[in-house]
Amino acid sequence: MIEARSLSKRYGGFTAVDDLSFTVEPGQVLGFLGPNGAGKSTTMKMLTGFLTPTSGHALINGIDVSENSVAACEHIGYLPEGAPSYGEMTVRQFLAFIARARLINSQDVAGKVDQAIDKLNLTAVAHQPIETLSKGFNRRVGLAQAIIHDPQILILDEPTDGLDPNQKHEVRHLIQDMAHDKIIVISTHILEEVEAVCNRVMIISDGKLLADDSPSGLISRSRYHNAVSMVVAGAEKVASVLSELPEVAKAELRDGELTMFPANENGLFEAITAAIASNQWQVSALRLEVGRLDEVFRSITTGESVL
Amino acid sequence: MSGAINIMRRELTGYFATPVAYVFLVIFLVMTGVFTFYLGNFYERGYADLDPFFRFHPWLYLFLVPAISMRLWAEERRSGTIELLFTLPLTTIDAVLGKFMAAWLFIGLALVLTIPMWLTVGYLGSPDNGVILAGYLGSWLMAGGFLAIGSCMSALTRNQVVAFILSVVVCFLFLLSGLPMVMNLFRGWAPQVILDGIAGLSFFKHFADISKGVIDIRDLVYFVLVIGFWLYANVVILELKKAE
Repeated sequence: MIEARSLSKRYGGFTAVDDLSFTVEPGQVLGFLGPNGAGKSTTMKMLTGFLTPTSGHALINGIDVSENSVAACEHIGYLPEGAPSYGEMTVRQFLAFIARARLINSQDVAGKVDQAIDKLNLTAVAHQPIETLSKGFNRRVGLAQAIIHDPQILILDEPTDGLDPNQKHEVRHLIQDMAHDKIIVISTHILEEVEAVCNRVMIISDGKLLADDSPSGLISRSRYHNAVSMVVAGAEKVASVLSELPEVAKAELRDGELTMFPANENGLFEAITAAIASNQWQVSALRLEVGRLDEVFRSITTGESVL
Repeated sequence: MSGAINIMRRELTGYFATPVAYVFLVIFLVMTGVFTFYLGNFYERGYADLDPFFRFHPWLYLFLVPAISMRLWAEERRSGTIELLFTLPLTTIDAVLGKFMAAWLFIGLALVLTIPMWLTVGYLGSPDNGVILAGYLGSWLMAGGFLAIGSCMSALTRNQVVAFILSVVVCFLFLLSGLPMVMNLFRGWAPQVILDGIAGLSFFKHFADISKGVIDIRDLVYFVLVIGFWLYANVVILELKKAE
């Protein structure tokens, strides 16, 4: 279990992380979401013991990280920001070094290295110096070193940064595979990633926790949640007719697409389809909106309502 | 301790994976040769000893050891691997000792490669092998002192050039602390105890004592203390400013 108790980090007058408290249980994949400079990386550095909090405590399976960082580190696999590694070493040498540092028995080192190379598809480059590899391979080497000792807690700072769409898909798959009995914390500013792998999201901005919810919970905060969008001939006339309906709070026409926002919980879609049928409008597209995460993200982090 | 040995192994792999090791070894051997034969008048002196060889080691180390030590921590900071290193289950002491031992062993290897010089003297005459062995020991201990200073300076910055210059300056002060040009700065106002203390800090004096073949426990303790002090300072600096 990860437990953060009023974590704060201040640099002079600047507050990078401000009184952050949360707990993460096994089975949770927590996504830190926030603009650049929000304090995501700083929080992760405090959880892993690299930074000492100005005030507050981080506990890893009950061990206070700032009191006993060596014991706490044994439970953690960590991918630091930018996936740093020793460029002059080959992938194999590097992973073997990490495995030995992770206190894996010397006769098990080779096996663990093979497993990690296999999981991250690094076989082709296993004997190449890391500095000659592409950014995508580099990131995968970073992930391989984080999972090599099969840690109970994984803390990954931007695990898919620099990967192409196929590689992103593979890494997300890997995370999902490991998710059921582990605690995984990832940071990202890619919204689709949160929906793809996380079952819990914390939105952080200016070091403060602004939202802590499931991805579907966040999406349902969108004003587009349960709205109905359509492309229809004579949209302006249709809009004026539909906005008279009791189920419709507001009708908006944008780029040729008409969106009706619900006045109450349900019944909007049915009311609109009924209106389409009775008025015989020429509808070429019709869909029920689930909500837009990017809009929720912007309205939460900038504090203004976004249209 | 196994952590320190693992770090040491990694460092040594790193040396030989890059040209650093080979460039250093070649330069070291060429320079010792040049100093011994040209500046030291090895043949002209007509003595079967290695004094002209050892005499220039302090000056050689003054520039070559900081060239090895400058990257120890500055490079970790610049590339961000320091974050990786300090989130492994290792203590800062492990990391400092591991890096120091790797670099010290590496300089030891450079010294071992100068053994043909010893063989040459042995071929030309009958040197006192005990004195030569003591010379090697003293030289290696002195290199350790320079290295501990350099490692500590390297932890202060992410810039290798800055680390190099700081190391050379501090090593230079240590080297010269017994010489008149430094002593004159203090003479006249500092009490005798401090003057003796400063004079006693000189690498020169302790190295010269050992390389005469007189292995005095005080000289050994001196180098061990110097190494211990600077490595301790190194640990403290890293603990204080790991992330900066």
